[in-house]
Amino acid sequence: MRYLPLTAADRAEMLETVGASSIDDLFSDVPAAARLAGPVELPTRKGELDVERAMSRLAARNRPAGAGPFFCGAGAYRHHVPASVDHLIQRSEFLTSYTPYQPEIAQGTLQVLFEFQTQVSALTGLPVANASMYDGSTACAEAVMMAARVTRRGKAVLSGGLHPHYADATWTLAHTAGVATTRLPAAVDAEAAVIEAIDADTACVVVQTPNVFGTVTDVSKIAEAAHAAGALLVVVTTEAVSFGLLKSPGEMGADIAVAEGQSIGNALSFGGPYVGLFACREPFLRQMPGRLCGETVDAEGRRGFVLTLSTREQHIRREKATSNICTNSGLCALAFSIHMTLLGQTGLKRLAEVNHARARRLDAALTAVAGVQRLTPRFFNEFAVRLPRPAAAVVDALVARDIIAGVPFARLDPVAGMDDVLLVCATETTTPDDIDAFAAALAEELR
Amino acid sequence: MNMLNVGRVTRSELAADAPAAPRAHGLIQEEPLIFELDGWDKTGVDLDEADLDAGDLAGLTREAPIGLPGLSEPETLRHYVRLSQKNHAIDLAMYPLGSCTMKHNPRLNEKMARLPGFADLHPLQPMATVQGALAVMEQLTHWLRTLTGMPAVALSPKAGAHGEFCGLMAIRAAHEARGDARRKVLVPTSAHGTNPATAALAGYAVQEIAQTDDGRVDLADLEAKLGPDVAAVMVTNPNTCGLFERDVLEIARLTHAAGAYFYCDGANFNAIVGRVRPGDLGVDAMHINLHKTFSTPHGGGGPGAGPVVLSAALAPFAPRPWLVAGEHGLALAEHGEGETLQAFGRLCAFQGQMGMYVRALSYMLSHGSDGLRQVAEDAVLNANYVKARLSEAMTPAFPDGPCMHEALFDDAWLNGAGVTTLDIAKALIDQGFHPMTMYFPLVVHGAMLIEPTETEPKREIDRFCDAMLELAAAAQAGDVARFKGAPFQAPLRRLDETAAARKPRLRWTP
Repeated sequence: MRYLPLTAADRAEMLETVGASSIDDLFSDVPAAARLAGPVELPTRKGELDVERAMSRLAARNRPAGAGPFFCGAGAYRHHVPASVDHLIQRSEFLTSYTPYQPEIAQGTLQVLFEFQTQVSALTGLPVANASMYDGSTACAEAVMMAARVTRRGKAVLSGGLHPHYADATWTLAHTAGVATTRLPAAVDAEAAVIEAIDADTACVVVQTPNVFGTVTDVSKIAEAAHAAGALLVVVTTEAVSFGLLKSPGEMGADIAVAEGQSIGNALSFGGPYVGLFACREPFLRQMPGRLCGETVDAEGRRGFVLTLSTREQHIRREKATSNICTNSGLCALAFSIHMTLLGQTGLKRLAEVNHARARRLDAALTAVAGVQRLTPRFFNEFAVRLPRPAAAVVDALVARDIIAGVPFARLDPVAGMDDVLLVCATETTTPDDIDAFAAALAEELR
Repeated sequence: MNMLNVGRVTRSELAADAPAAPRAHGLIQEEPLIFELDGWDKTGVDLDEADLDAGDLAGLTREAPIGLPGLSEPETLRHYVRLSQKNHAIDLAMYPLGSCTMKHNPRLNEKMARLPGFADLHPLQPMATVQGALAVMEQLTHWLRTLTGMPAVALSPKAGAHGEFCGLMAIRAAHEARGDARRKVLVPTSAHGTNPATAALAGYAVQEIAQTDDGRVDLADLEAKLGPDVAAVMVTNPNTCGLFERDVLEIARLTHAAGAYFYCDGANFNAIVGRVRPGDLGVDAMHINLHKTFSTPHGGGGPGAGPVVLSAALAPFAPRPWLVAGEHGLALAEHGEGETLQAFGRLCAFQGQMGMYVRALSYMLSHGSDGLRQVAEDAVLNANYVKARLSEAMTPAFPDGPCMHEALFDDAWLNGAGVTTLDIAKALIDQGFHPMTMYFPLVVHGAMLIEPTETEPKREIDRFCDAMLELAAAAQAGDVARFKGAPFQAPLRRLDETAAARKPRLRWTP
């Protein structure tokens, strides 16, 4: 087997050193009834060529986003990732290293994490960022838990513009720990409706901008209302490219900002692995979940980096930890950080402008189709349209024309009564020809 | 798992006569932060001018510069390549971190995960356009079910600890469905920190179970603590001492007799894959770290993946989405209707770590049922070989009987030497190896947990053992300076972790 270096002679010699007569001796602690006599019923080993063929056959049964016109967003976004990003993250020293617990031989990973934290802090406009979370949705859930710890209150109000999957993941974690969630009805442009739901037990309000319908909102007023009631404001962003153009959460008064970082540096990959961004105001630092990297010096006074404040974490605090998280999304955070380094503020702003321009072009083309109405009042690179027919049926029909038309809102939330709402997105990867083809096909389909 | 430095914060301790460490040496370049490279107006990405202004977003746009430097592509490559050279890696030398399973990452798996048919697939595309991706999930599920002898799998947990949460939530839902709310989870003293942290997160009080002198769960203590308020018993098997729980069938019987569920932490499944099925041990739920047993890359600390296998009793409560077969092929059941009515909720936005599913399936197909059995056998043989060779100078924590995939030593052999487990670890860096896991499990004094994995050649294991024996001889000979100042050969000397925590500096500022 090509991945197993021991030879039969090695094994015999090693067994002798160990003092065992056979490999079975080493499994003698396993109860006899539970020992398998031979391999389980699965195919036996395959050469690299055969595996590649088998996997490629499976891959060929999918329609990649880049194979034709494609307009899905709603929490995951197709962007161009420079070739150097994927090359660098495949370097052995990044790919095959572990969590940097021995900082003397992990300064590469640690300096990247320190740079990543600084980048996330700049993007979100908040002073403290961690070394990443599993993804945006779990970061959102952890933000609610953190707000409950900080305020010692037991309720979170979730806006009707929050991605329904984020709301579901947040409910799952929060209700278990005794934190109640009030989820407002799905609404295209009503982030501020959370204000009405704030009461004396509200730990935080959770709003999203751009929200799941693409609506961009200045949340400053929501921040004021939340703070006046002693609650925190959690701002969620699923499209990290929007940070290049829009006001940052911190600038608008957010106490905690969480985001999905997939857009920068990471492939769509059918939903994962992604990278959650998590930032907050300074006073809440010691209530943060996840890993933190900090600057220090070595024994000769040279600058270096270490994982720090680990007394919050499970391996020290066990059942009293701020969360059970034991990993970050290291390699995805590295991809994010490299892509962001290539972009810089100049490139990110330009990228965001191009995205916005493409989405406006898409808007002009789609709303020119009879019966199609845009619902989103202000958008960045995605928006919702109302169709004269159920959106799911239209999307399925357009697959036959090789157009992936977007995400029916009902797929995310089937009970909102929005069966005719379609979420569409355009990025720098969307060409004018793609847009024209979509509009033409939609017009024919709706005729 | 992360358990290094537990309760042992390093401090700068400079031995007076220590050799001076070179500041810049050969191929290792000093490298500033990206924020110190004057790239405020640079970009390494060529983009067209936008053909529309953003007038419709008036009042919503950012006015001040973001504060992010950019670099051209050649500068970017240099920056990250220079940084990379300051990392230890599996591909460089043995990485014997006990409980972390630092084994070779086959590059075929990387290539497969990057096929556009997998990498360039949106999680919410119409089901008809993702049948191959759903088939990957189905095949992975089949392999995991067959290897574990368990009827169901929840794929979506994004890491081991996320999988623990998934398993405990299914247990909680199963109890609640019977109107039998229970309050407690029992966890052995030797458990990973994630176990008690997860139990607390899932709303349970945590009670510890004692350990016997031979490193196993104390059955009498377990039996005494089991009762109508216990929801689950969480046991790692093979356990964190690197030992198989001989009484596992009795643990399961006692647990079930008390109306509780048996959660197995599957972090060490790599030791028994293909030789033992957890389903035959009475397990109700177990997470599988795909990044350990099935070798998806650790990536400097993630991303991981932690699918959970479930017994028939717990399967109805698995989180959404579910993979289901319908009239039009495979589909994801994403909402609370039909068969998923009892699902305990949703763990994350989409369907989990698809990129890791592809890598793990590719690994499984490569090894096959016979190769996977060989994986467990070689991992266990390598660990026992390390234990045998090092026992001539060091003290194994549990000398009697074989270990499984990792060998555990205590620090009794260092008594009077003036050298600690931490010093040994740091001196090992100078020998060119990554240190073993230290001070974990907590139940063994000065623990050193060594996991070679099955992908180490005998020559490398011997090189490691020779280095350890040399260090042991130096410690016995009283060469304390060699240890107290170590490492001397790494890019940096010991770092002041106390100062880092006392006055946290978590981002670059001008």
